Parts: sequence; structure tokens; C-alpha cells
Amino acid sequence: MWQSLFDELKDRDFIVLAVALDEPEAARPWIEAAKPAYPCLIDRTHHVADLFNLVNVPQAVWIDEGGRIVRPPEIAGSNDGFRRVDRTTGVVPEEVLEDRQRVKAQYMDAVRDWVLRGAASANALDATQAATRLALPQAEQAEAHARFRLGVHLLQEGQSEEAATHLAEAARLHPASWAIWRRAAQKDHRGLASGPAFWARVDALRERRYYEPAQIVERTESSS
Amino acid sequence: MITVLHEQRRTECPDRTADGDSLWLDRQAVEQATGWNWKPEGLCHGDEVCVPLPRDAGMMRGDRLDLAAAWRRSGQPVVHDAAARVWVLGTGAAQRSAALASLQAPDFALPDLDGRLHRLSAYRGHKVFLATWASW
Repeated sequence: MWQSLFDELKDRDFIVLAVALDEPEAARPWIEAAKPAYPCLIDRTHHVADLFNLVNVPQAVWIDEGGRIVRPPEIAGSNDGFRRVDRTTGVVPEEVLEDRQRVKAQYMDAVRDWVLRGAASANALDATQAATRLALPQAEQAEAHARFRLGVHLLQEGQSEEAATHLAEAARLHPASWAIWRRAAQKDHRGLASGPAFWARVDALRERRYYEPAQIVERTESSS
Repeated sequence: MITVLHEQRRTECPDRTADGDSLWLDRQAVEQATGWNWKPEGLCHGDEVCVPLPRDAGMMRGDRLDLAAAWRRSGQPVVHDAAARVWVLGTGAAQRSAALASLQAPDFALPDLDGRLHRLSAYRGHKVFLATWASW
């Protein structure tokens, strides 16, 4: 997904770390097909989601050369256009496809500008701004991650029935985490958790977003 | 065997470790399982942080600490399976929040498909774009 960006910018001390919130064997076909030049890491226990308070994919965090968070977790170039898919035919309206391309290009442009201009980039947040945008976890979310960890371990041990109860409890404790819910959900033949249960949960959002848009500032000629 | 999971650690302990909702570990096992040192001052990390432990709450038996009780007492989650053979000592929301609020990205190490570990802090000196994805 980020290969072209990485190819363009890798000589600028820039690295993409792609973290799969997934079992290795589920991630493998995608990694082997794409063969990205950047590290593709496997996070089967969602440890990084626990550390950074991540709830979905794709989310991104920008980290500078000194290890400081420049942009806290945000949706990386996706939007809720997918909710307009025809659920029978799978057809997505043309204007949704165009809008999706625009949102993705805008996000990549913002990343590019940061790599090229660092702290001077319009979308590089200073410490005060970054702190304001951080979503800090609550006790129930910490417990959800512990339950999730237990559930994944039990799955690995072949105890799928009991694993399911802990994964369900994790989802109950952290309803905002699509990563927990979809990881535990039934998958179709493509490995996607996109069946009726998924759509029911999406519909239950009503006016709330599945993908909260990243607050990206469009660069203008006068930005300095 | 009892399995104790904490952060990215996995520690195997003898069966007698677990007793109901209690997890009885000696000083060495506490450190092995969690990286925290059980000292007279309490549960300590490095030289700076010590979480004091109450002396009178039945949390200690001889040379062993009920780590599960101490963990819960510090406001952090403890969960275990029905058989009480697999335990997860989760990191609490306050600890996670404090780490994030520092704006220093929490360090971690994860494997690639070849099993090679990549540590975030090894990329100091680079701008890092950390991005999640999944097959689901």
C-alpha cells in the first residue's frame, strides 16, 4: 500500500513499518504478492494496538528521528465510502472510487511533505498539538487487550471454544476496536470479516464514522 | 505448567504457582515474568518507579508474592482462562496513557515473516511511518 511512497523517499532516512494485526499465515499471501521493500511485521497479539491505542486498519503514526510521535494514531488515507457499496453486486459508485483516490493521495502527499520538510511541514504537529490529538486508553480498553491476548493464546493452543468467549469479552469491553472484533469474527473464503454480522455492526454506527478522517491540512503555495 | 503472559514475555511456572485468583511467585519469578523487581519498597522498575505494596493484605506468604493481587491492587488487569493455567498480566490504562502522553513512541519488537525481529528504536535517525493493516 505504501510501496510507491517508500520508493520515492527511502533515501531520505524514511522507513515504513507495516504492522499486520494478524496471524502470520493470514498475512503471508498479501506480503508475498506485494513484496514490499520495507519491513512487514506480524503482530498476532495486537501488542502495538495495545501500546498506541489503535482500533482499526489502516491507522498510521508518524514518528520522528528522535522517536517522538509527530502525528498520533489516525486513519491513513481511507474513508467511509465503502459503506456505499452495493451489498448484492459488490459495485462501488464511481464517485466513491474517485473520492477514495483523492483521500489517499491527499494523505500520501502529507506524508511526503513531512519527509521532505520535517517539522516545518504543515501536517507535522508540534508537541502541544500532538498531545491534544492523542486518544488515551481507559481501564476497560486495557482489560480488553489483556482478554484479547488470552483469547489469541488459547486459539494457538487449540482451545477455540474458550478462546471465543475471551475474544467476545474483549470486543464487549472495547466496542470501538474494529481490530478486536474483526479478528475474532467469522471470515469468508477470502479471509475477510465482511459478512452480515460486519454490516450489521457498521449499520449500528448510524451517523458515526467507521473511519474518522485524519485532520490533514491541504498545503497551499503560501505555506512555509 | 502455568503460563504467565506480560507484554511480550511468556514465562512458564510450576503448577503450584496458581491458586484460585492468586498467582504466587518468588522474587526471581516475579522479575522473570514481568521485568519488575519485588523489593521491600514494593514492586520496582529500574531505579525510579516503585509501586508500594500493602503489608497486611495477605499478599505475601514467606518468600512469595501474590503477583495477581499486587497487579490488581495497582489498577492493572489480570485475566486467566477457566482452568487458571494461562494468565495475562495486562498493562494498565494509566501506564499506557502516561507513556503515550510523553510523546515518545513506546518501543516494541515484532517479527517479520522470516522470524527476524525488528525493533522500533533501531530506526532512530529515521522518520518512521508506522502503519497497520490486516487481511480481515
